[in-house]
Amino acid sequence: MYSKLLILHFSGKEVEKPVVSNLTRYYDLSFNIHKATILPRREGIMVLELSGSKKNFKSGVQYLKDQGVIVKNASQEVTRDEKKCIHCGACTAVCPTHALAIKRPEMFVIFDKKKCSVCELCIRTCLTRAMKIQPISETLFE
Amino acid sequence: MAKFKVNKTYKEINDKIRSGDVVVVTAEEMIDIVKDKGPVGAAKHVDVVTTATFAPMCSSGAFINIGQSVPTIKTSKVWFNNVPAYAGLAAVDCYLGATEPCEDDPLNKVWPGEFNYGGGHVIHDLLAGKKVHLKAKSYGTSCYPNKELEKDVKLADLRQATLCNPRNGYQNYNCAVNLTGKTIYTYMGTLKPKAGNANYSTSGQLSPLFNDPYYKTIGLGTRIFLGGGEGYVTWHGTQHNPSAERTEKGIPKTPAGTIWVMGDIKQMKPEWVVGVSILGYGNSLAVGMGVPIPILNEEMAQFTAVSDEDIPVQIVDYGNDYPNGINKNYGYVTYDELKGGMIRFKGKDTPTVPLSSVSKAREIAEILKKWIKQEKFTLGEPQFTLPVG
Ligand code: SF4
Ligand code: SF4
Repeated sequence: MYSKLLILHFSGKEVEKPVVSNLTRYYDLSFNIHKATILPRREGIMVLELSGSKKNFKSGVQYLKDQGVIVKNASQEVTRDEKKCIHCGACTAVCPTHALAIKRPEMFVIFDKKKCSVCELCIRTCLTRAMKIQPISETLFE
Repeated sequence: MAKFKVNKTYKEINDKIRSGDVVVVTAEEMIDIVKDKGPVGAAKHVDVVTTATFAPMCSSGAFINIGQSVPTIKTSKVWFNNVPAYAGLAAVDCYLGATEPCEDDPLNKVWPGEFNYGGGHVIHDLLAGKKVHLKAKSYGTSCYPNKELEKDVKLADLRQATLCNPRNGYQNYNCAVNLTGKTIYTYMGTLKPKAGNANYSTSGQLSPLFNDPYYKTIGLGTRIFLGGGEGYVTWHGTQHNPSAERTEKGIPKTPAGTIWVMGDIKQMKPEWVVGVSILGYGNSLAVGMGVPIPILNEEMAQFTAVSDEDIPVQIVDYGNDYPNGINKNYGYVTYDELKGGMIRFKGKDTPTVPLSSVSKAREIAEILKKWIKQEKFTLGEPQFTLPVG
């Protein structure tokens, strides 16, 4: 049995779709919704615990992503200490989701938290240790 | 007959700086000015061009005099926050190197090592006003009986602290790829297997030595922006290699000139002197540097109009070739292509990754411009310029 707490971001389009219940129907996963909220502009955020076999879990998460849902590990998030970042760009070598990317022509290194998959690869790659992993803040729902 | 149509002296430019009539532009702004007015017109109009770079510069460190205490001590071993400094100098002098790791660092034993704290970080912490734990040991002499010293110090408590960087501002450098099948961790950053990314480190058209490729105005006594304070070029840097092959415009195609720079740390600012940790490689120090180039004639105007398309960068394999001393390159790309984010390498689109902060270099070029215009930062006329080969 494999179980993880996940944060799902739905954009306006997917919010209505029964994607979550499809996880049970197609992938034999069980879920327990901890919190769900619809933000202004109809963006939805849901925190749920998803359980099942590791293989099904992976396929289920892939299914969510294919539906356009952004899936993150709920217990932790990656943040950037803006004061420490020197905008060198070294982190862009490893970031798989382009959450860390260079804005041209200004050559600023931008961090788009929404795209971050919390893979943690940037943490040790960042030259100034500006990227940090920390427990997720509850402020998401305030 | 004079060689040039425009002839200005350092004194004339400095008089203009003092009277506030000086025209200063950044090396990036100069590109269009020379395009518009031509080199002669640009040389008549512009007096100084500011260049800059902000990148990890491993060949950096600080000469520190910790001041005497009673009973007196001749320090023979010195540590700052457990980072050893070299103390084989006079009584309380030492040199703290930027790449020196903290003594209890696991280094690369757990590979790739994180190198979270080293000499560069100590220098930054001192600048940020933090207390640093100083420990010193000695064998004791008649004139210096004390054998041990331990205390917390701040930058203000140190008698002197001088940044002394024997090799900075490399004129051109490699573009690094990794042709092996495994990720490697280098001083050029993380390199993914099979040329998964191409890393480079230069501020290109803004970089000091690209704007004065034959070192006609840079040498001992050139006054510069160093770490947010005022510093000087004091010598040619280690590995200075002016005879590297060059393009028609004089731009070296491989690593070439370097400068040796010094400055008073007490004048510097923490945001321009930043300790860095390079995964699997070690500690270093990112140093902000800005060099003003006097536009003495139309030739200097032409040189300072160099743009990213003019600068070739050689692609070098750091997976197998570099560690084995194999001197080989896999062709050239321009800095313009590198900055664009993607190069074509071996028929494949390869993302590029910078290590040098162009946005911060731009900030420095602007600050130096302001210093010259508003704060009467005059040019230092070099006693002699760097060797040209
Ligand atoms: S944690 Fe991973 S996805 Fe998020 S910014 Fe860092 S490297 Fe990118
Ligand atoms: S490596 Fe760190 S300091 Fe450099 S741009 Fe990325 S987050 Fe900023």
